[in-house]
Amino acid sequence: MTDRTLAEDAIPARIAIPVELRAVAIMLTLAAFGYVLFPDDLAFLTRLISIALLVLSLDLVTGYSGVATLGHSAIFGVSAYAVGNLCLAGQSDPLLLLVAGALAGALMGLASGALITRFKGLPQLVLSIAVGQLVAALANKLSGLTGGSDGLSGISPGRVFGIYAFDIYGRTGYVFSVAVLIVVFVVLLRIVRSPFGLLCRAIKDDSLRARMIGARVYPRLVLMYGVSGVVAGIGGSLAAINTGVVGLDSVSFERSAEALVMLVLGGAGSLWGALIGSIVFQVFEHYVSAANPFHWMTMVGALLIAVVLFAPKGLLPLAISLTGRVASALRSRA
Amino acid sequence: MTRPLLELRHVSKAFGGMKVNDDVSFSVAEGDRVALIGPNGAGKTTLINVISGDLQPSEGCILVGGVDMTTHSIPRRVDAGLIRTFQITRLFTSLTVAENVALAVMQKKGLTKRVFSSAIGRTDIRREWQRVLGVLDIAHLADRQVSQLAYGQQRLLDLAIGLALEPKVLLLDEPAAGVPSDESSRIIEAIDRLPAHIAVLMIEHDMDLVFRFARRVLVLANGRLIFQGNPAEVTSHQEVRRAYLGSYADACHTH
Repeated sequence: MTDRTLAEDAIPARIAIPVELRAVAIMLTLAAFGYVLFPDDLAFLTRLISIALLVLSLDLVTGYSGVATLGHSAIFGVSAYAVGNLCLAGQSDPLLLLVAGALAGALMGLASGALITRFKGLPQLVLSIAVGQLVAALANKLSGLTGGSDGLSGISPGRVFGIYAFDIYGRTGYVFSVAVLIVVFVVLLRIVRSPFGLLCRAIKDDSLRARMIGARVYPRLVLMYGVSGVVAGIGGSLAAINTGVVGLDSVSFERSAEALVMLVLGGAGSLWGALIGSIVFQVFEHYVSAANPFHWMTMVGALLIAVVLFAPKGLLPLAISLTGRVASALRSRA
Repeated sequence: MTRPLLELRHVSKAFGGMKVNDDVSFSVAEGDRVALIGPNGAGKTTLINVISGDLQPSEGCILVGGVDMTTHSIPRRVDAGLIRTFQITRLFTSLTVAENVALAVMQKKGLTKRVFSSAIGRTDIRREWQRVLGVLDIAHLADRQVSQLAYGQQRLLDLAIGLALEPKVLLLDEPAAGVPSDESSRIIEAIDRLPAHIAVLMIEHDMDLVFRFARRVLVLANGRLIFQGNPAEVTSHQEVRRAYLGSYADACHTH
């Protein structure tokens, strides 16, 4: 079956439990597992969540809408810097910072989307890299706003709802991040199943055909870029809030490229694919880099080659087809 | 004669120095069934591309419902009721059959701007795409992925998307080409059953289908319209015989 079977069947016919509810249950379970597996390293998990948001954001434009980009971290980073500056200026309420980061992301997404989606194919890809490099260069130059190569530090957010302070163990940060991720994920589930989401998938399949049914392709893609910007912006905000620092790495080309790798690893064009890809990649990286600090990049490379060879559509479609085969084998035996 | 829904006035299209369409003028009215025929390379598909807005004409103008739409974008022409299908089917391959048609229905109703709606599950939307699929006898395929369809079924789906957009003028580019004969008969039946008020302009090579379908025939050769008239006249017209029908009308005397 398709890679959308898990949660995104667009024509609900026999759905008993809403997909949103299932998603919340699955993600709470994953979050609990994370807490049990990495009790002393919640900072790793919160970082994982902010990157997962970047990958989800990338999925909206690349996986769902077919826009090739290698500059997505620009949106993530700009929001992180915006939140960092706001916090240093005295606005320390985490929810307010999150909203500000989402707004910065939306603006950045709309602006870069308006430019990038005008083009197609390789020119589009090159332009996305150019936007990313431009932002990275600015981040380096405008050291008054970004701290340059030293980065922005000393960001100390206030209490969540005025009650829960961010503690050194990262518990508040973890719960806060999980909650934000779940809310974003559920909203996105809804958006990708909306008429607008369906149209974006159609545009990805064949943009001329989409225009021939009367769709205004360009404004829709820019809008999707705006939505994607909000999600990347929230990811960047979480990174700034949880780590207290924003460095040049948050706008780097490597971050954009890594996000794309995670997306392809999990399965582009599916929110679950994006989530699974970012979890598997980062957990693998976490363990392997600790076990072998010198050759871990080689192993990550080997993992990617294996996935591209044996599961070119990503891990999620592979998992679904495997479970499907096992299930039908069991049925035929019974 | 009812008012023309689609009118071409002196339309030419050149690529570099080569004129692919040369001073083409004709009109199509409500309820018309017009076949556009001509040898390979006569410029038929280019003409359809110019009419639908995929290409800009080098000269001349195109009117839809009396409004000059020569410079209008593809979506604005679609809004005006000018709908086309493709010679080589173009479908949304990652969507199901139902989603392909539902998307067209929602686009027609102006719902595809909605970012946060579950309109696709709405009863009126479902009824509409089920009705269109039913008209073309492919309702049983609703949940299939496009990639699982036979080619003939894909062509019917292409037509279904067109119908869901409630066309006033429907441009069909060789709707039965490349389809096995048992499936092509279903396509032909579907074309027979198109709502009577729609104006249909069809490119077709199969002359049996042309004679069955058309009440008027346009013949394009080397980019020029060399004949328009009723199907009975077309086979006896000397220039048409020479340019195109030779192989069909008297297979023995081709040069």
